[in-house]
Amino acid sequence: MSENDASIDMQGAHCPIPLQQTETIVIGHGSGGKMMHDLIANVFASTFQNPILGEGNDAGRIQIEYAGQFAISTDAHVVKPLFFPGGDIGKLAVCGTVNDVAMLGATPQYLTAGFILEEGLSVEILLRVVNSMQEAANEANVKIIAGDTKVVEKGKADGLYITTAGFGTIFPKAKAIGGQYAQPGDKVIVSGTIGDHGIAVLSARGDLGFEAMIESDVAPLNGMIADIVMASDHVHVLRDPTRGGVATTLNEIAQQSNVSIMLSENTIPVNTAVKSACEMLGFDPLYIANEGKLIVIVSEEDAPKIMDTMHKHRYGKNATIIGEVTEEPAGRVLMKTIIGSHRVVDTLAGEMLPRIC
Amino acid sequence: MKYIDEFRDPELAKNTLAEISRTITQPWVIMEICGGQTHSIKRYGVDQLLPEKIELVHGPGCPVCVTPLEQIDKALAIASHPEVIFTSYGDMLRVPGSGKDLFSVRAAGGDVRVVYSPLDAVKIAQENPEKEVVFFAIGFETTAPANAMAIAHAKRMNLKNFSVLVSHVRVPPAMHAILGSPSNRVQGFLAAGHVNAVMGYWEYPPIAEKYQVPIVVTGFEPVDILQGILQTVQLLEAGKPIADNAYKRAVTFEGNKPAQKIINQVFKECDRKWRGIGMIPMSGWCLNEAHMDFDAESRFNVGDIAPEESSVCIAGQILQGMKKPPDCPAFGKECTPQTPLGATMVSSEGACAAYYRYGNIQIPTGANNVRE
Repeated sequence: MSENDASIDMQGAHCPIPLQQTETIVIGHGSGGKMMHDLIANVFASTFQNPILGEGNDAGRIQIEYAGQFAISTDAHVVKPLFFPGGDIGKLAVCGTVNDVAMLGATPQYLTAGFILEEGLSVEILLRVVNSMQEAANEANVKIIAGDTKVVEKGKADGLYITTAGFGTIFPKAKAIGGQYAQPGDKVIVSGTIGDHGIAVLSARGDLGFEAMIESDVAPLNGMIADIVMASDHVHVLRDPTRGGVATTLNEIAQQSNVSIMLSENTIPVNTAVKSACEMLGFDPLYIANEGKLIVIVSEEDAPKIMDTMHKHRYGKNATIIGEVTEEPAGRVLMKTIIGSHRVVDTLAGEMLPRIC
Repeated sequence: MKYIDEFRDPELAKNTLAEISRTITQPWVIMEICGGQTHSIKRYGVDQLLPEKIELVHGPGCPVCVTPLEQIDKALAIASHPEVIFTSYGDMLRVPGSGKDLFSVRAAGGDVRVVYSPLDAVKIAQENPEKEVVFFAIGFETTAPANAMAIAHAKRMNLKNFSVLVSHVRVPPAMHAILGSPSNRVQGFLAAGHVNAVMGYWEYPPIAEKYQVPIVVTGFEPVDILQGILQTVQLLEAGKPIADNAYKRAVTFEGNKPAQKIINQVFKECDRKWRGIGMIPMSGWCLNEAHMDFDAESRFNVGDIAPEESSVCIAGQILQGMKKPPDCPAFGKECTPQTPLGATMVSSEGACAAYYRYGNIQIPTGANNVRE
């Protein structure tokens, strides 16, 4: 036994000063008083460092000399668990809104972030999330310029919820990019394997009884989108197939554009781990959420050019043409199955439920 | 993916289809018993590629669909108790009882949880000793072994706060009911491979002989289903009403003995109502005397619940192969997966849901819809 083990570290007498809550979130952090200001200064302002936020006003002041169109979007993020393979709620909150803005053929520039914190959340976890947000913001080249924090009682939230809003400028040549512009003859491209995010989160929850070796695909897609918009004048639709998956997104597009979409089942890229998990649970990867995938609908002539552009990108390496736009039956998505027959690919009705046997 | 991709192989499918076409000389009505097979048939469009002489009718093998309304209402009543954690396979949550489903019980504050295995329900009971944990033990021979194991496990641990609402059904009595009906049209069966993986198919030769119909144990991938159809057609054409196996990689004649043993250890055969069909004698499993302590019906005193079915829904006739979903006046109109009138529209294995989801669509010309 060394002598250190038995020693008592005497630092002298302490005054009974009030406890400084710095390790966990308490109701006082949302009170508007000093605790909240400390939290904002030590966690948010110091991480999201930028001059606009640094002004410390109720709103972020921006000035943009731009004669074109702007894109604005907002997204609320709730995910359990907060951290999952490939990402966390912070990265999700930034990428989700960055991607939504970018889908109009826009360059996202500014974000705002609203935090709803549950009493008892560890400040260390909050810091990890906020750092992850800034990392994603750096990659996407956007600034987080305004924010808000509220604290709710223990049990009223799953740790923390984050709402982000985003603002960006639309490329002048991207005026006619949107879900309503798909045209018969266009090709449908997906940027990579589908269903990774949904299965990664489900697996990270730990109640499947098995772990799927799969990482979420959560990523900012604005860099790739800028290159796509620059590469062609005939990109008609950009869409990220998040909740409801590729099937639901394509159904929305088919209805908005009043066209039909015919998929080829054997071309749809699915990671083997996702495929296995779906087989076991009775899920269809076409309906599983993605957070870093892009659907591009582009004229047949420009499709090869867009495929080349995407293949050069980190997030588009596995881009594949999975189908084409046709006229009839308008508003519906069909699929040529692997054995050569055809079927309807419908939207998801309600929550996807694991089958019984 | 091994054991999946080779049974979705387009070449193999094409060859099997060609063989079916070469073999068949007259029209045959074949029933696939299992709802999982119905979905596979619609999902891969197997029926579009078959010779017109084959009519596939869809059987009652959807556990969610045949769970009687009264059992759902009992589940709703039990799940509404404040001291109860009600656990269920996910599929059951959206099945309409009389006026509501388990989702709405959850929305009203009931503690309803989806479990992937009945053993998870036992674990929840261990972790929540102050709560009553109830598991909705439904399904065919496929889920029975795991459900029985959970009950045996709870008994071994002397768990007092765990019980089960049992609604198990068995396939062979349903085959008797269908084949014995005066309006029966079924001339051959594709038996449900997953059921046979547990039970084997030693129960089937007497059925095949009594009703003079071939019964072929069949898997779930498109090539499996085509192989099952091929063998059924071969037996029909040859006039050989025997039980045969087209799913050898998963099924033996004897089946899974330990699984059968645990079923017999916990359950006994009993009469069971099938939703939309009615009472089929000795067609279910109930807890045996040694395990009656785990019976949720008596624990929560819900044995008397006996509601009436909706009069519009024709699920009963669909489950017996007498009608098809589009024959129903409510199909796709009042009755959709969002607003189901009957369980066949709810479950991922229900015939109506399969028709609704994968559609009966007109493929535009030029989309080369091959019919061998």
